[in-house]
Amino acid sequence: MPGIQRISGRAVALDRRDVDTDQIIPAAWLKRVERTGFAPGLFGAWREDPGFVLNRPGASGAKVLVAGSNFGCGSSREHAVWALQDFGFQAVVAPSFGDIFRNNSIAAGLVPAAASEESVTRLFAALAADPDAEVLLDLAARTVAIGSAGLLEPFELADYARWRLIEGLDDIALTLRHEPAIAAFESSRRPPWLPALTA
Amino acid sequence: MTGRLFDKIWDRHVVASPAGEPPLLYIDLHLVHEVTSPQAFEGIELAGRKVRRPDLTLATMDHDVPTVGLDQPIADELAAQQIARLRRNCEVHGVTLHPLGSIEQGIVHVIGPQLGLTQPGMTIVCGDSHTSTHGAFGTLAFGIGTSEVEHVLATQTLRQAKPAAMAVTVDGELGPELTAKDLVLGIIRALGTGGGVGSVIEYRGAAVRALSMQGRMTVCNMSIEGGARAGMIAPDDVTFAFLEGRRHSPRGKLWEQALDDWRSLVSDDGAEFDREIRVDASALRPAVTWGTNPAQSVTIDDVVPDPSSLSTPALRQAAERALAYMDLSPGTAIRDIRVDTVFIGSCTNGRLEDLRAAAEVVRGRKVSPGVRALVVPGSARVKAEAEAEGLDKYFTDAGFEWRSAGCSMCLGMNGDILAPGERSASTSNRNFEGRQGPGGRTHLVSPAVAAATAVAGHFSLPGDL
Repeated sequence: MPGIQRISGRAVALDRRDVDTDQIIPAAWLKRVERTGFAPGLFGAWREDPGFVLNRPGASGAKVLVAGSNFGCGSSREHAVWALQDFGFQAVVAPSFGDIFRNNSIAAGLVPAAASEESVTRLFAALAADPDAEVLLDLAARTVAIGSAGLLEPFELADYARWRLIEGLDDIALTLRHEPAIAAFESSRRPPWLPALTA
Repeated sequence: MTGRLFDKIWDRHVVASPAGEPPLLYIDLHLVHEVTSPQAFEGIELAGRKVRRPDLTLATMDHDVPTVGLDQPIADELAAQQIARLRRNCEVHGVTLHPLGSIEQGIVHVIGPQLGLTQPGMTIVCGDSHTSTHGAFGTLAFGIGTSEVEHVLATQTLRQAKPAAMAVTVDGELGPELTAKDLVLGIIRALGTGGGVGSVIEYRGAAVRALSMQGRMTVCNMSIEGGARAGMIAPDDVTFAFLEGRRHSPRGKLWEQALDDWRSLVSDDGAEFDREIRVDASALRPAVTWGTNPAQSVTIDDVVPDPSSLSTPALRQAAERALAYMDLSPGTAIRDIRVDTVFIGSCTNGRLEDLRAAAEVVRGRKVSPGVRALVVPGSARVKAEAEAEGLDKYFTDAGFEWRSAGCSMCLGMNGDILAPGERSASTSNRNFEGRQGPGGRTHLVSPAVAAATAVAGHFSLPGDL
């Protein structure tokens, strides 16, 4: 997974709260066994409306999605993250995220940047005034800026998640450094009555 | 000692907590299904890794399996490919699979408890957000994405920042027409769809203790619809009675040892929570959702709300969008809303007790002309048990379709879907736009209300018939 330091490019403003992962990628797309090829399904139902923000000419090639609170609630489908990435998004800025969506994003290399309601409102206003404004997201500084509007907004992202995203690290390899601890746990700390299956 | 149930389970599963990193949590049981696992198995193979604990991993097929014509090849090529892939992955990696056609096949969250695999004090994960169901046993159970599925396959652990602990205390007693579904929809209405984000909820109080295990599973199942990571209920004699004698439950001396331990899995008196809300069960009435998220519900006696009555601009805007999508006008009586389809099933309400409640209502009655009604048992075993009691006959005599087990119309992956513009009364868990099929309109209700609505053709209580 490539590391991410900075993201600069256009943004798409999706001013809705509680955007669930069923909207981000409808269930019909979950039958695929690959991690790629989801871009045509991104916001599949909403894109049928010609006025939907993703149908704006400038949306193609955008790298940042700005959205309302509780973005990515609902289903655990990581396909939602893959669809956003497949379309070209590298970050989502929102006041809050569904817990599973946030974890999936960090694992797959999409930046879930949690900015305050006020910050997101200012970003929406700046993007309404200039939909093609250049947005700069700096992972090290944890800021998102729209220079042309004079905005510099902080966002939250846990240190460990930020480090993982900047370095593009393999989670499993990191965990396997603790293999002796896992083995010790298995041999000494699991009660004898716990169920096990025989394949 | 004022420990919380959540801390007690969390602490005993921390494998390592290196400085500056989220703790590494051991996973006692990993449930796998066809839709969120193929990329994970591919990932471990590409990296040359193995499934660390096939003996703690169980797979079944539920999300896109057909519920009719099981003796025929699966017509949907993509679904057939995904199901074949799961079969192949389980063979290659030595994972136990309960495939389509097996008596143990069914929705992952129905079969775990049914087999006695879900036990108090465990950690359980699955690539499905309704994994919170298993919390009904005093278990820490939550949904994960495919990258985390791969992580658990390879390491049997997950790296997790510790969530906050929230208490939802339900005082009083549920009235005679009330079910666990009405209770949890009432809780989510109070909490809001994102109110539980970052938290694990412990459901407490007299009304929760009075629920059967099946009712407790319904409540914990929908924790995610309030945004919570997981929901749990401390185990008690109701839990132990449910577990005793099941296929994977401990036996003999181990059962006694386990019981001693399980009885300690309660929040101690005086335990403090990061947040606490209280709900009065006696003030609740049967719930019906009117919008496009599960927090948008009213009681069956109410009318469709006026968005302008809501407290914030964002909520008003969301309500206006929802009413436009649902094709509903403020002030319409809920009982006056007619439905096209009734769906009884899902990991929320697809267990035997749910089917009994619905069958009791439809027995000797007929589905309203023009209404399509289907029952999809949560597992093959639930189906067999219902048939042994003759419930299938009550349903089919009334005009319901009696299907085979799976997720079916809860998420509409298998061809059981609403047509655009169709309206359903559904015992499932999500009323998101298009959830049951593109353009479909979903109202979430209890099994009893779903059954009465099928008979009346519009939202009804059994007592209205």
